Amino acid sequence: MNIIFFFFQILFVLLFSPLCIGVIRKVNALMQSRKGASIFQPYRNLKKLFHKDEIISEDASWIFRIAPYVVSASTLVIATSVPIAFAPAFAPAGDILVTIYLVAMGTFFLALAAMDTGSAFGGTGSSREMTLAALAEGGLLFTMLVPAVIVGSTNIGMIASRIGTLSIFQYAPLLMAFVGFFLVLLSENARYPFDNPATHLELTMVHEAMILEYSGKRLALLEWAAANKLFIFLILAANLFFPSTISGAVFGITLIVSGLLTLFKSLILAGVIALIESSIPKLRYFRLPDLLFTSFVLGVISLIISIAM
Amino acid sequence: MVDVIIQNGLAITLVFFLVGAFGSILFQKSPRICNAWSHAFAFLGSAAGVLFSAMVLVLGKTVSYQQETTLPLFEISVRIDPLAAFFIFIVSIVALCTSLYGIGYMAHYHGKYNLGIFGFFYNVFIASMLLIFSAQHAVYFLLLWELMSLASYMLVTFENRTEGTVYAGYIYFVMTHAATACIAFAFLLLYHAAGSFDFDVLRANADELTPSVQTAVFILALIGFGTKAGIIPLHIWLPHAHPAAPAHVSALMSGVMIKTGIFMLIRFFLEFSHPYAPWIGSIILLIGAASSLLGVLYALCEHDLKRLLAYHSIENIGIILLGFGGAMIFASLGLQSFMRLSLVGAFYHTVNHAVFKALLFLGAGSVAHATHTRNIEEYGGLIKTMTWTALCFLIGSMAISGLPPFNGFVSEWLTFQALFSGISSGNVFLTIIFIAGIASLAFTGGLALACFVKAFGVTFLARARSNEAHDAQECSISMRAGMIVLALLTLVFGVFAGSVIPVLSHIVQSVTGFSGHAAALFSTSTTVSVRNQFASISPPIIALAYIGALIVVMLSVYSVTRRRTVTRGLTWDCGTPLTRRMEITATGFSRSLLMICKTFVRPLKNVHIQHIDQSHYFFTFQKIELSFLDIYELYFYRPIAVCAEYVTDRARKIQSGNVNAYILYIVLVFICMIVWLSLSNV
Repeated sequence: MNIIFFFFQILFVLLFSPLCIGVIRKVNALMQSRKGASIFQPYRNLKKLFHKDEIISEDASWIFRIAPYVVSASTLVIATSVPIAFAPAFAPAGDILVTIYLVAMGTFFLALAAMDTGSAFGGTGSSREMTLAALAEGGLLFTMLVPAVIVGSTNIGMIASRIGTLSIFQYAPLLMAFVGFFLVLLSENARYPFDNPATHLELTMVHEAMILEYSGKRLALLEWAAANKLFIFLILAANLFFPSTISGAVFGITLIVSGLLTLFKSLILAGVIALIESSIPKLRYFRLPDLLFTSFVLGVISLIISIAM
Repeated sequence: MVDVIIQNGLAITLVFFLVGAFGSILFQKSPRICNAWSHAFAFLGSAAGVLFSAMVLVLGKTVSYQQETTLPLFEISVRIDPLAAFFIFIVSIVALCTSLYGIGYMAHYHGKYNLGIFGFFYNVFIASMLLIFSAQHAVYFLLLWELMSLASYMLVTFENRTEGTVYAGYIYFVMTHAATACIAFAFLLLYHAAGSFDFDVLRANADELTPSVQTAVFILALIGFGTKAGIIPLHIWLPHAHPAAPAHVSALMSGVMIKTGIFMLIRFFLEFSHPYAPWIGSIILLIGAASSLLGVLYALCEHDLKRLLAYHSIENIGIILLGFGGAMIFASLGLQSFMRLSLVGAFYHTVNHAVFKALLFLGAGSVAHATHTRNIEEYGGLIKTMTWTALCFLIGSMAISGLPPFNGFVSEWLTFQALFSGISSGNVFLTIIFIAGIASLAFTGGLALACFVKAFGVTFLARARSNEAHDAQECSISMRAGMIVLALLTLVFGVFAGSVIPVLSHIVQSVTGFSGHAAALFSTSTTVSVRNQFASISPPIIALAYIGALIVVMLSVYSVTRRRTVTRGLTWDCGTPLTRRMEITATGFSRSLLMICKTFVRPLKNVHIQHIDQSHYFFTFQKIELSFLDIYELYFYRPIAVCAEYVTDRARKIQSGNVNAYILYIVLVFICMIVWLSLSNV
């Protein structure tokens, strides 16, 4: 029973994650008065990449070869446990700490793979990514801890199914924590103002610098994994900090409805990311820690408020 | 039968070490025999130690043995309770692997240094650690403590013709003896209060201490054992001494010896004197927070691989103290079940750190052995020739960074959960302390990850940065075997956490006498849950899910793309010829992170330029040095040294060299004592 359920969770994330990227790009284009590509363009890109041959650096080792699989696998394990339509009592990555550390696992291998080809770009990208990831850790943990403390469980499914029953005042610290979480979301997913996903300028790129040497199926996997990660963070933002649409029922039409509602909420948040991208510039690298520290402080303050209440 | 083994287990273990120690002195003329002999007997002794301590732990028995001596205030008193058995287990299991590794590793010292001396002190060192955990009498304990310190000093200075080794040994010697003085003083205070050096009497007297004595004992024990454990700011000997010793000795010192400090802190603060006020637990928690965060930051500064690992030991001791400090706070608040959760986290991290840190030190030793340097900037590309070492080091890196399903994750998770349960304790002051602990643990996790991307990436990946690295060979079979066993252990302790935790709970029960209900920490063979389902994880399911996902991804990608070809090509570098200088360096990797944290690490940059004539733009020579300010030496140890020098300088004035004057001093002191005694009797 659980296996089937996990399968559907993974399928949901895999199917709709490229859509998020498509929506962000579309909204960006509209904001810039362009027509923009179809929101289904990321699917076509993935298909194209899977059909291409691959070139791998002579200097690369098995770390470079295995990293895309490890990164994808960690997003899939997290995908089994995010609250989409129904919260199971137990899921592999159901604890917020497990989720955080599985995200870190993906980052770890991606950063290693980036160093593996011995290119100056990969190394720089890896250094930047690890710097941001290390500083984002505090904000990520504390902002996710706020709903956990309010609800009385660090289990993601439990948080999502109980968050709807809170009184209006309890949402005040949650809202603050959400702002902090959203900042970390932007950092972890290489979005403005932390990173520009649409550039290959060596002065600024972080995530793109790491995957520069990849091509063909491994690039496709990494692109898809990045989309999964973004979608997972969006779902967490949508269902941990706002009245959730988790269904109590295990079968039936309600499941589909609540799944679609989650998708809808995530896409709205994706639109917000696009709005941010169109309205602010990318920040200078050494200004980014201030932003991550802001997220951490927001997390701590909202945690203290939620304990005091 | 079992009883006989348990009763004599320690003695049997010791016999192996003694035979190993004296045998290697006998055979010192032949390095080959001597090497095999000393490590083989250390291996057998450790194996016996593992079996014996595991039996004591599983059966939950306590073994004790006493031998009166004719010396006043001295008796040989041995008692192996579950806590001691747990630490004996840790020492034995690490020594087992390091001894296996040592056979291959020490081979390159043949003919250069005297292996007989090494073998002797190696065996004595391990044996003294085993005895320390079982000692039940303060004077006997101090003797063993000194034996351990001296044996390890001899091992640190073993490579005495290498530059810096003797200096490293000197710093270690001074620090460890200053610490021992504090410990001796702490025991004297306890003796004054309880009237005995016997640990059982001290335990019985634990509630009777006056607050001032209690505080004094706290400070002295914290300084004394904290120095051994390597808490900041008493850590300065660690990054000197650990890299200087041979790799498997570093593994023992870093993985196990510093835990003797933790062990005695537990004895002192949970057994010899309680209950403590919450602020004392808070101090320990804050020291843990500072040590973990600063330890990992200093590790990021390092590009000597073994020094980097030494700083990570400081970090991990910090994590253990987070759990232990939390436990002390809960104990003083009377929250016994939370205390158990917290202490189990600390114990679990103790064993985990021993395993993965030994593994990493052995890996670093293999690399240094193959390339003849410890400078990380001269490695690179080693994964291609040293496949096994690379794999083991990768596993160690993942374990120390707390990535599931390896062991570091479980203990960090438990520590996190213990700290989470503290934030709602109701007291604002304590809530803030716990939040500080959580924050430092969170950032420590992130920074450790960055540090090990650097350490592993620069060492093993990409192209070789030096000819030595290019020509490096994989290490010998015995060295690989030692590492592989430890790598498997990281996985075992990670996946089977549910079976380890009950044993640890039992140890906590024997230390604190708490045997309450299981609500705060409950484990089955597959799941661990805390605080009535507040949180639960299942390490085996995480591991299975991960492997399953990996296989599914690989198979489905393969089925879609099996007709696509893979070609090998050069790394793209804008068309310029690729050189080894294009790779990122360890310094460059961590520089931006350290610039961001410059409040703590104080990066320095010295630029030397010789300009041509009066020009401001053209120069003949330019040199840039990047370094870090040693704030502890400058602001902590230097002032102490200056004060000490000043005082001793003044004291010299009364030393006239005239014998008559000295006799006068003696008479004066004598009179003062008589006056004081007669006054105090009135």
